[in-house]
Order: sequence, then C-alpha cells, then structure tokens
Amino acid sequence: MEPNHEDADPRRVGAVIDASDVDEWFAREVLPLEAGLTQFLAHNWRNRNDLEDLLQDVYVRVYDSALKQIPDSARAFVFTTARNLLVDRVRREHVVPIEAVADLGALGVAIEEPGPERVVAARDELRLLQSALEKLPRRCREALVLRQMEGLSRRDIALRMGIGEETVKEYIAEGVRALADQLYGEVADVRHKS
Amino acid sequence: MNGVPEKKYAGDVKARAANWVAEQRISDNWSDDDQVAFDAWLAESLAHRVAFVRLDAAWRRSERLAALRTVSPDMETNTPRKPAWRKFSGFAGAALVFLALCGAAANYLMRPPERTYSTAIGAHRTIALADGSHVELNTNTLLRTAVDTQYRKVWLDRGEVFFQIAHDTGHPFIVMAGDRSITVLGTKFLVRRDSSRFEVAVLEGRVRVDAANGTGAKSALLSAGELVIARSDSAISRQKVAQKLNDELGWRHGVLVFDHTTLADAAAEFNRYNSKKLIVAGSVASRLTIDGTFPTGNAAAFIDIVQDVFGLRVESRSDETVISR
Repeated sequence: MEPNHEDADPRRVGAVIDASDVDEWFAREVLPLEAGLTQFLAHNWRNRNDLEDLLQDVYVRVYDSALKQIPDSARAFVFTTARNLLVDRVRREHVVPIEAVADLGALGVAIEEPGPERVVAARDELRLLQSALEKLPRRCREALVLRQMEGLSRRDIALRMGIGEETVKEYIAEGVRALADQLYGEVADVRHKS
Repeated sequence: MNGVPEKKYAGDVKARAANWVAEQRISDNWSDDDQVAFDAWLAESLAHRVAFVRLDAAWRRSERLAALRTVSPDMETNTPRKPAWRKFSGFAGAALVFLALCGAAANYLMRPPERTYSTAIGAHRTIALADGSHVELNTNTLLRTAVDTQYRKVWLDRGEVFFQIAHDTGHPFIVMAGDRSITVLGTKFLVRRDSSRFEVAVLEGRVRVDAANGTGAKSALLSAGELVIARSDSAISRQKVAQKLNDELGWRHGVLVFDHTTLADAAAEFNRYNSKKLIVAGSVASRLTIDGTFPTGNAAAFIDIVQDVFGLRVESRSDETVISR
C-alpha cells in the first residue's frame, strides 16, 4: 500500500489528508468490518484478553496510514494490517508459538469473503438499532431513548429518571459504548469481562 | 498506569472516549475550556482519536432512532411521556417496515429536484418549501434546495438565510454551507455565509453544526439563544446572547440594529444592501462606535448621524461615499 506518486488523483499527491476526511472514511469503510476483523483476530491469536487491544492497534495503524493515503480497498488494507500486526507481535514478543498464526494463510479468504460485515441497507438500519438498543443495560437504554427518541435535555432526563445529571452522563457514556459494540462488532461477546 | 505510560489500554481509552462523546452530545454548556481540554486529549494519541471516531459514529447512527418517536412534540416540550420505545416495541413490525421503506426510498430513489433561489443586493425574499418550512433570503444570497416531505437538504452558496423548519423527526433538515453542515429536526435559526465568515444563530430548538475542516471536534450542538461565528482564520467564537440574536435578525424587518458597532462594521453592513458603497477612511473607522436602528436601504440616515453627531466629513462620489475626519 505504498503511495503511488504517478497517480494523478490530487487526493493522493498531498502528503497529509485532512483528519476529518479520514474520520469520515473510517466510520464509513472500516468500522463495518469490525465484527469480521474481531473474528479474524480471535481466530489467529490465542489470548482472548488481548483482543480489544489488538483491535485498537489495528485501528491505529490503519488510521495512521489513511492520513497519508486513503486506501482503495478498506477491506484488503484492514485485514493485511491485522495480519502484519500479528506477525510483528509474534516476532517481537517471542511468547506465542508460531502455530498461533499458522492460519494466516486464511487471510485471502477473509479479504475475499463478505463475512459478517455490518453494512446494512437503510431499511434495515432502524431494525438493527432497535435490536441493539434492546441489548443495552436497562438504565443506559432508558437514558439513550430519552435523549435520542424523545429529544430531552440532560436536566430533563435526570428529572425523569430520578438521578443526578452526572449519572445521566455516565449512563449515556456506558450506553454509547455498548451500542458501538452492538453495531460494529462482537468484542463484548468474545472478550472476558474483567 | 502499569508502568508502561505509552501503552494505551483499549478499555481505558474507550471509557474516556465514551465520556467525551456523552459530555459533548448532552452538554448544555460546552465551554471553550471544555473544547481545549477535548482537543488536547484527542491530539494526545491516535488511539484516542480512533476510539472517539468509533463511538461518535455509533452515536450518530443512533440519532436515526428519532424516527421511532410515536409522537412528534416540539423539542422544548417537557411534558412527561412514557418512553416511546416501550410503546413501540409492541407493534414493531408494520410501522418499522413502513418507516424504513419511506426512509430508503427517500434516500435512494426519490430525491427531489434541485431548485435555485437568489436575491440581488438589497433584496429580501421569503420562500415556502414543499415540506412546510419557510426560508427568508437576505440581500445578495444564493440558495439551492432539494426538499420534499421525505428528503430535506439545502445548500447555502452565498449570503444569509433565516430558516423556520417544519418539525419532522423522521427527516432531518440539513443545511450545507461550504465545508460545514447544520442538521436540525425542527427549529428556527439563521445561517450567514460570506467570504470571511460563517455564522449560525439559533432562535428556537437545537441544531448541530458539523465542520468538515479543522482538527478538533467536528460537531457543536447549539441551543436556543446561542450564536456561533467562525471566521476564515478559523477562529470560532461562541456566545449566548438572546438580544444580539434579535439584532442579527433585524434585516427580516428591513432594519439594521447596531449596538456599540464600529463605523467600519456598520458601513460593511450597509454595503451588503446597497450598491453605492460606504467607505470609512482612517482611524475613525475602528475608534468610533454607533448605536441605533436604521432601515437597510437608507444609508442616508446613517450618513446624517455620522455628519451631525460625530462631525465627520462626508464626500459623495458617483459609486461610493467616503467618510473621513
């Protein structure tokens, strides 16, 4: 994925891409791959407690590269990055026998196949949101619903739920985190709760 | 933390990022200090940025849930109601499919045709849009619209527009202004765009402003009485000034309202409405300030005051009027 300097596309000539463009690309192209990527990492790494950190490291590498050049194929780039990261880890840490990543031959498959990618048609989006919402902890769901569906202010949510405004923020924060796991990946499911 | 300071544990980062999303999205008084602290945190590590982008994207997606509201009250009504999702969950099927089909069709199949509205210098024009919203174009303005009851998007290419948006929680109304977008469900607000500045003022309800440039937070949530001005040097000021908003909207009644406005700024305002330009020469431009209400098309009243009250010299030429000491 080296930048091709002969390419005439002006987006590629500039050394640095505006971060907000990368944010937008990341949300649109990369995040929907999270479930498949998590599965790939889980399949190729023995210690499941590392998964969340591995995922973060893949994201950071992908984002960092995208700041210099936004890849043509997010899928190929993300999975290649993940593979390279695992190989680096094995070499550097000498803690995992090489068999742990023997299955990396399956990388081609991961890139080619659709997998459990969370690209949803607009008509499914509300249904997906609804079912994600139902899986959240009760109080978090309540706070999110009051905000996003009823449009209440922070103060009114606090009054309605009979809690302080600081607690409203905590519920919203926890809720948005759980919601992201539901919408993008299955990290919460495979990782040990500690 | 754990003796490895440069290592960012994903769980910790996510918790902090979630806190920022919550703080930003539900805060009633997000201050400049908050913004500075947030920018600093964001710039500290790409892991921070990535975690924030991910959670903020989830938040944005969840804004679609507004489509499931069973009633569509004004945003400011505080009457207690049973949470809509409870009522909703009973008859999820048909209603959801219907809403979803409308949404999909609106987005992909039936985007309404684009129309262009413009005003000349000094002109003022009100337009009723197909969704029941009204827009008022101020002087020298160019607005393109693609609006019907299912899809609501407009582009402010130049000038100033006062929006009164019909409430429709299922279909956000989006105003694109250069590299920024403003998203609302139903409210009254003002957007002004010219070469040196971008301004949003909210009279009622809430609006969200998203900036496509800059490296800080991309969004600001504005409530009634708030005014955001971004200049081309990317300095952004945010104020809460109900009176100032009324002044800003004086043009809707054909007047300009000045409150400790420098002569240079006042002249610049008049020049938006008149082709014969006022020029304030020398240091008087910034030193003297003026108060009062003037008809937009009547620079003469302003010139009279400048002559009589400030004792300045006024020289009228064919295409400009020069004010000097």
